[in-house]
Amino acid sequence: MVLAWIERDAQGSPTAAAGEVLATARELGAEVTAVAVGEPGDLPDDLAKQGVAHLVLLRHDLLADAEPATVGEALAGLAAARGPAAVLAAATPESTEVLAWAAAALGVPLATACTGIRPGEPWEVTRERAGGILLEDAVLDAPVHLATLTGGARTTGETAPAPEVGVEVVVPELDPTLPRARLVEHRARASGMTLATAPVVVSGGRGVGSAEGYAVLEELAGLLGGAVGCSRVATNNGWRPHADQVGLTGTRISPDLYVACGISGATQHWVGCMSARSILAVNTDPEAAMVRRATWAVIGDVHEVLPAVVAEIRRRAGT
Amino acid sequence: MDVLVCIKRVPAVGAEIALTADATAVDTRHLGFTIGPHEECAVEEAVRLADRTGGRAGVLTVGPPETEEQLRYALSMGADHAIRVEAPVADPEPEVTTAAITGALRELPPYDLVLFGEASADAGHAQVGFRVACALRRPIVGGVKGIDVGEEHVTLRREAGGGVEVHEAPLPAVAAVLEGLNLPRYPTIKGRLRAKKAPVRVLAGPAATSGLRTLRLRHRPEARAETVLLGHGAGAAPAVVDVLAELGVVR
Ligand SMILES: Cc1cc2nc3c(=O)[nH]c(=O)nc-3n(C[C@H](O)[C@H](O)[C@H](O)COP(=O)(O)OP(=O)(O)OC[C@H]3O[C@@H](n4cnc5c(N)ncnc54)[C@H](O)[C@@H]3O)c2cc1C
Ligand SMILES: Nc1ncnc2c1ncn2[C@@H]1O[C@H](COP(=O)(O)O)[C@@H](O)[C@H]1O
Repeated sequence: MVLAWIERDAQGSPTAAAGEVLATARELGAEVTAVAVGEPGDLPDDLAKQGVAHLVLLRHDLLADAEPATVGEALAGLAAARGPAAVLAAATPESTEVLAWAAAALGVPLATACTGIRPGEPWEVTRERAGGILLEDAVLDAPVHLATLTGGARTTGETAPAPEVGVEVVVPELDPTLPRARLVEHRARASGMTLATAPVVVSGGRGVGSAEGYAVLEELAGLLGGAVGCSRVATNNGWRPHADQVGLTGTRISPDLYVACGISGATQHWVGCMSARSILAVNTDPEAAMVRRATWAVIGDVHEVLPAVVAEIRRRAGT
Repeated sequence: MDVLVCIKRVPAVGAEIALTADATAVDTRHLGFTIGPHEECAVEEAVRLADRTGGRAGVLTVGPPETEEQLRYALSMGADHAIRVEAPVADPEPEVTTAAITGALRELPPYDLVLFGEASADAGHAQVGFRVACALRRPIVGGVKGIDVGEEHVTLRREAGGGVEVHEAPLPAVAAVLEGLNLPRYPTIKGRLRAKKAPVRVLAGPAATSGLRTLRLRHRPEARAETVLLGHGAGAAPAVVDVLAELGVVR
């Protein structure tokens, strides 16, 4: 049996990533038990469509604010009681935290950010390192195999819906003496375009030269219906807020178009933008890694090229 | 308040990463070393918290003697004491790192707050902080981008579920933080001189093992075509706008 941890979105539905976890769990060829925090009745329809026949709902007052540590404690208890071959979850920050606590409580290793799992004697996994710039093949030798899966860890396949989801409510035993963090406030953010969802990102690095230098990037992003991004040099210099940073320790993005202005293309930046559909590099250095990896490149100074591009867009639009 | 930050020595890789001949590690012969940005922010935060509350800011790493270079960098940023837990490599498996840190925390004078990076910059296991918290029975919040301390509680802010969450944890507590928590300072010359001479306390490491073992590292297959050069300088603008029009992002 494999336990598949079902992460839920703000509306309570299983996330897309949770769906991928279910698919991988099925591919391992074992019976799949989906596990979520919840009340009976608030999940099965969604899950039946994904072929889930058995769902365990964890229910406990202490799980009300879904603190990952507490959820991890509950999941570890369930795994200890049921003895699954594996416990799988999405490689999102929240689910990774849940599994990290569960792994520690169970005293077993945890392979995070896996792109593939190969059961055997022993099991092997392929995982992403350094944000995915490198892949690591590793042995995962444990009585129960804990792993988190990155998006695209498997091929999408159609699933026959389950006729019925067998729901079982489990009240986990949680340590009443364990000091816990608790959620005291949740503020929704104003909706709107974010760096992570923008179809076009116009991004600037050291080559932009100053905070004021981003005005032309803002203008171009506005014309293209996109957002402005930046490299870590820009955030470190205080030119842009960290929320704009693309990369390993910033945001990973996958826009249709990434315009990289005065950015050299260090691996830690590259992992943040390598999923872009296309890249336009503007750089004075024709040998820059970003230029070599881009779809299109313009060799030149950001502050000569971008104003000319903006002017040309305006000229053609007749504005 | 006394704060301890766990930091990891990682290779400062550039635009390409070379692997060793047996492909089990990054070839570091021509590389410098650093700590990850999440941890740099953790050090900055610890120094500020200690300054504000009249406490101490310590840094700890698990690794061989050369990892003291990163401890000294943290000292030059304003940390006031450093601990190295002996280990043969700077990149042990998470369970081994956890055992070393947990052992040290049981031996050292108590800290009110222990800070980790959300994930190490090279291996990115994203779990040591949670493992240490579990072993020590401490509350933990991950993904932290804001810290306020009170007498007996710490308030931790994180971004989640399309908004901002505020968590409260009783002290002593653990947090795994993200870059963006603050803007870390550059070390001053005075800081560097002080760090050079500061003692590093060395603790013996535990004999721990893990069922997670690296077999080999590989480059991700890259499938990009040749770059199309659109031109030089301002003269390239029409070609650029042609491409933008083709993509449908401008009319
Ligand atoms: C653990 C770790 C994590 C990191 N995480 C991130 C991250 O999340 N995001 C990130 O971005 N970085 C990250 N970095 C930093 C990264 O290694 C690079 O230092 C950084 O990305 C470089 O930024 P840059 O390209 O703007 O600057 P540089 O590397 O200095 O490149 C500047 C580029 O601009 C070009 N240029 C200069 N002047 C002009 C001009 N007038 N017009 C056009 N082009 C010009 C130059 O030819 C050069 O190619 C991380 C580093 C480490 C060690
Ligand atoms: N060798 C180490 N020494 C000290 N701290 C470490 C070490 N490895 C990891 N850490 C800490 O644990 C965090 C998470 O690491 P990881 O679980 O490997 O992603 C890092 O950001 C560090 O704060």
